Amino acid sequence: MEHSVLSLMIFIPIAGMVAILCLPGQAQDLVKKVALAFTIPPLLLGIWLFLNFNRATPELQFVVKVPWIAAYNIEYFVGVDGISISMVLLTALLCPICILAAWGIDRAVKGYFALFLLLDAAMVGVFCAMDFFLFYIFWEIMLLPMYFLIGVWGGPRREYAAIKFFLYTLFGSVLMLLAMLALYFSVTTIDPGTGEKMHFQLAPYFLGALGAWNIVYGALCALAQCFIEPKDMKKLVAYSSISHMGYVMLGMASFTPQGINGAVLQMFNHGTITAMLFLIVGVIYDRAHHRRIDGFGGLASVMPVYTGVMALAFFAAMGLPGLSAFISEVLVLLGAWQRYKIPTVMGAATVILTAGYLLWTIQQMFLGKPREDYAQMHLSEINARELCMLIPIGVVVLILGVYPHAVLDLLNVSLLNLNKIVLAAAQGTAVALH
Amino acid sequence: MEHPFEVSYLRWIVLLPLLGAVVNGILGATLQKRFGKNAISLIACSVVGVAFLCAVAAFLHILRLGPEHRFLLDTLVAPWIHIGDLKVDIAFWVDPLSAVMILIVTGIGGLIHVYSIGYMHDDESYWRFFTFLNLFTAAMLTLVLGDNLLLLFVGWEGVGLCSYALIGFWYKEHANTTAGNKAFIVNRIGDAGFTLGIFTIFWGLNSAGHGTTPVFRELVPVAHYLQTVSVWGIPAATLAALFLFIGATGKSAQIPLYVWLPDAMAGPTPVSALIHAATMVTAGVYMMARMHFVFSLAPVAMNVVATVGALTAIFAATIGLAQNDIKRVLAYSTVSQLGYMVLGVGVGAYAAAIFHLLTHAFFKACLFLGSGSVIHAMGGEQDMRKMGGLREKMPYTFMTFFISTLAIAGLPPLSGFFSKDEILWKTFSGGHPFLWLLGFAGAGMTAFYMFRQVFMTFFGESRADHHTQHHLHESPPVMTYPLIILATGAVLAGFLGVPAALGGSNRFEQWLEPVLVGGHGHAAHVTEHAVESLEYLLMIASVGIAVAGILLAYQMYYRKTLSPEVFSSAGGGAFYDLVYNKYYIDEIYQATFVRGTLALCWLGANFDLYVIDYLVNGAARLTAFIAWLNGWFDNLVIDGLVNAIADGIFAIGNRLRQIQTGSINVYLYVIVGAVAAAQFLPRLSSEMLMPVLIAVVIALAVVGVLALLSARRPLWRPPILRGDAPEPH
Repeated sequence: MEHSVLSLMIFIPIAGMVAILCLPGQAQDLVKKVALAFTIPPLLLGIWLFLNFNRATPELQFVVKVPWIAAYNIEYFVGVDGISISMVLLTALLCPICILAAWGIDRAVKGYFALFLLLDAAMVGVFCAMDFFLFYIFWEIMLLPMYFLIGVWGGPRREYAAIKFFLYTLFGSVLMLLAMLALYFSVTTIDPGTGEKMHFQLAPYFLGALGAWNIVYGALCALAQCFIEPKDMKKLVAYSSISHMGYVMLGMASFTPQGINGAVLQMFNHGTITAMLFLIVGVIYDRAHHRRIDGFGGLASVMPVYTGVMALAFFAAMGLPGLSAFISEVLVLLGAWQRYKIPTVMGAATVILTAGYLLWTIQQMFLGKPREDYAQMHLSEINARELCMLIPIGVVVLILGVYPHAVLDLLNVSLLNLNKIVLAAAQGTAVALH
Repeated sequence: MEHPFEVSYLRWIVLLPLLGAVVNGILGATLQKRFGKNAISLIACSVVGVAFLCAVAAFLHILRLGPEHRFLLDTLVAPWIHIGDLKVDIAFWVDPLSAVMILIVTGIGGLIHVYSIGYMHDDESYWRFFTFLNLFTAAMLTLVLGDNLLLLFVGWEGVGLCSYALIGFWYKEHANTTAGNKAFIVNRIGDAGFTLGIFTIFWGLNSAGHGTTPVFRELVPVAHYLQTVSVWGIPAATLAALFLFIGATGKSAQIPLYVWLPDAMAGPTPVSALIHAATMVTAGVYMMARMHFVFSLAPVAMNVVATVGALTAIFAATIGLAQNDIKRVLAYSTVSQLGYMVLGVGVGAYAAAIFHLLTHAFFKACLFLGSGSVIHAMGGEQDMRKMGGLREKMPYTFMTFFISTLAIAGLPPLSGFFSKDEILWKTFSGGHPFLWLLGFAGAGMTAFYMFRQVFMTFFGESRADHHTQHHLHESPPVMTYPLIILATGAVLAGFLGVPAALGGSNRFEQWLEPVLVGGHGHAAHVTEHAVESLEYLLMIASVGIAVAGILLAYQMYYRKTLSPEVFSSAGGGAFYDLVYNKYYIDEIYQATFVRGTLALCWLGANFDLYVIDYLVNGAARLTAFIAWLNGWFDNLVIDGLVNAIADGIFAIGNRLRQIQTGSINVYLYVIVGAVAAAQFLPRLSSEMLMPVLIAVVIALAVVGVLALLSARRPLWRPPILRGDAPEPH
């Protein structure tokens, strides 16, 4: 168990993919159930991982290390530390939920769920891989199903979106590969005191400013979705996601205990909250077959339970205290303020814009009088399946608002250790420079 | 954490209302359907009632302790956030200041809960109303009981959320939800400032190297280190105080962020009484009193606070002079009274500010609930021009409303007199005669507009239509009893803080002294005999101006011997227009801040759509173009060259083949030519050899090109030849 848990989490979905490929194509329901069945064991393993993870050490845990390509020192090397375990847990939690959310897929069902399970495996693999080469392989495997999922099952303009997505990520991957190669070769050849190190002094401020820019820019674009055609709710959520990811960057760049802990916690919280937001868009899209913000109104009277769940997710995204994102955003800003004043002011002031676009969306879609054309639209209240996907995330959001240490305890030791290493390196540089 | 005053019942003050909200929030709709509305209100009111008993217990508990040891602590969740130097728990504490606040919140809040049973009785979303009312109470109690800045902020945002939900309670009306949005967003401006204040304190102490903490009782002894560091050339203490004050201007509706409060009257009237008069809007004042040890370090910030408070007090009072909506008058009056409290904080009279907070909670809650009773009777009508003569029809409502009006006007010995005068006196004696003058003038206006309201609503002939008049009735006891209790409080609360000059001992100030000690307010203890006569003089002056205001209202709206035209037409009506339209502040904000933000959004969205997307698509197009060029080159030049060579050789061979004709004549010519050339060439001088060779090469080239042109598979032809070139054989 100790050693096989991560590999099981990676390969059980792959086994599921193989199983699905062997099923007859017309057994759609069976395919969906099998897919769901193969994401449950990784979730249970994730819970086991959460319970058995040693929070007191920054060391890698649950390690498996098998030589693979000996000539280049490449190994099948998986393991988790405090930073990666949070992402592994997030993936394990979200995968079954996303399968539930895809229950309405009726075109090429086999293909969809097979690709999805491959994606699941690759994602867990990315977070567990401790060998650069292995990491890169999982990283690239991840792109492949994503490309097809977007390009085949996407909305209008899906081909364009798929290609754009692929090129963007590939562009990033190539740079990453270059960085890896540079690291690989520089481990033996780097010469302290060269100009390389000077960049380290400048880079954090740049990253912090970039994070703040992300926060503000994403929020402005999200707000614009409230009044610029086509007023797409999903686009609003996407831009808000950009804005929220800016906090991660800002926190990381601060190199303070609060900042980096907040940043990784924000990654987790953003994962849960944004997932909720997208699922909420999906629920209404399944019913109305459009997602224009101004195409709705008065939903609170038509779908009160849905409105309640929506309110939880929206106010969580707003960083309301008592809900998870509050803790991470406050930690990020508190940490960032100690290093960067203006970027932090920008980040803190953006909560105004965030409230603006979320409240306007609520007002336009959910409040007011219900529209008369709903009778033809068959807007039924949120159903049990949809509640099954939203409630667990909602509970996590609530718990982490009151007891964030459930995740922070996982992260803290590893992050502080990492921060120490980085700061020591920076310190050494300063000495070398002078 | 072991603590000698650790208790475990404080948590229930917060958790009980929260529990009520959770139960009603999840099961409310079902309960209401199955057991009726009384089940809902039973849950909601009893949790607040028990919380009130706990609050009383806590109060009595610390009353028995010595003045220096008056505090209790209850840690609910530890650790909450422990990262690096930041160590915060979910812990509640009661000290003399929070004891006063929890009594107000649960006491007056409880009365408003009871009143709502009657007021909301016909609403089908009854359960939703009580859910949010309970949730609000829980959040407000978190705000005042939290033992650290972050927990205070949790309550701070929580009350904002409930305020938003309750302003837009009747969410089918667009105007209500817009008012809710406005309240939330404007408050968020303050919240951003507040968080930056927290960060500044935390960072400042960290940089000063004396340990850092957001827990109030641990902050007090180290706060003065904030003076030793600075940001942008501003001492951290000043910056932190200013940031915190931005938060207070949002929540406590001060210039420039007061604009949300008048609009917040869109909510049900009990909400206006509880949230927008008695409790939530005083959170800013409470927070500044709680953080007095930071404010006292920053005289510059204190002056800003005092000035903003005084300006708000008079500014809102002038707007109140010309409003006709019964709730809007009270709303502007609330903004104005909050201005007095902020003024009190600004001159260092924290105890006086909290004292006014207490008395104001009584009389303003009573006034709002009274106006609710009137609106209830009038079938929803809020325009005072359509009221009048309600005195006989609604005796209890009238009596309580009248008493509270006397209290807010500042007539002795009602509570408003003691608390407002305390602030004005501390302002004057603290060396701010100009600010005193503003507050003094505001007091006269308050008396005028409040009595204008009383006369227009309760006296004279009824101006309502026949149908409404027919239905006029006094509200049920469940609504009038809370009014009577609140009015009693409005009469008596003042005696808690009778100043020494009037033979009292200002017990209220003494009670708060252990909390506010270390606040170096410049006006803290100025009650020497030499100035006592001055204090009397100012008291008489403020009673005088209040009486003058009342008499003016009496002449205009009761006796009608003086027409309001005197004011409304003064200066060509320009001033009246300005006041009536609230100085066009909303319109100005709309044109500047709102439009500015929207323009920025527009810019951002278009930047994303055109610049970023075009850059990406442009890069893609460029790549495609290069690929096309590359393909062209490959087809034409590389392939063309290869094919041209092959075709050329083939074509030349094809032509040369014709030499092998089998004709003897041709062979003979060639032989003769060759012999001649063999004879001729060696004789050529070296000068002639080159031209001849060139001529031969050219001839061969021409043959080659001709051969190419007639080649069987030409891959490329010059464009002019395209189409009309002879087909190859």
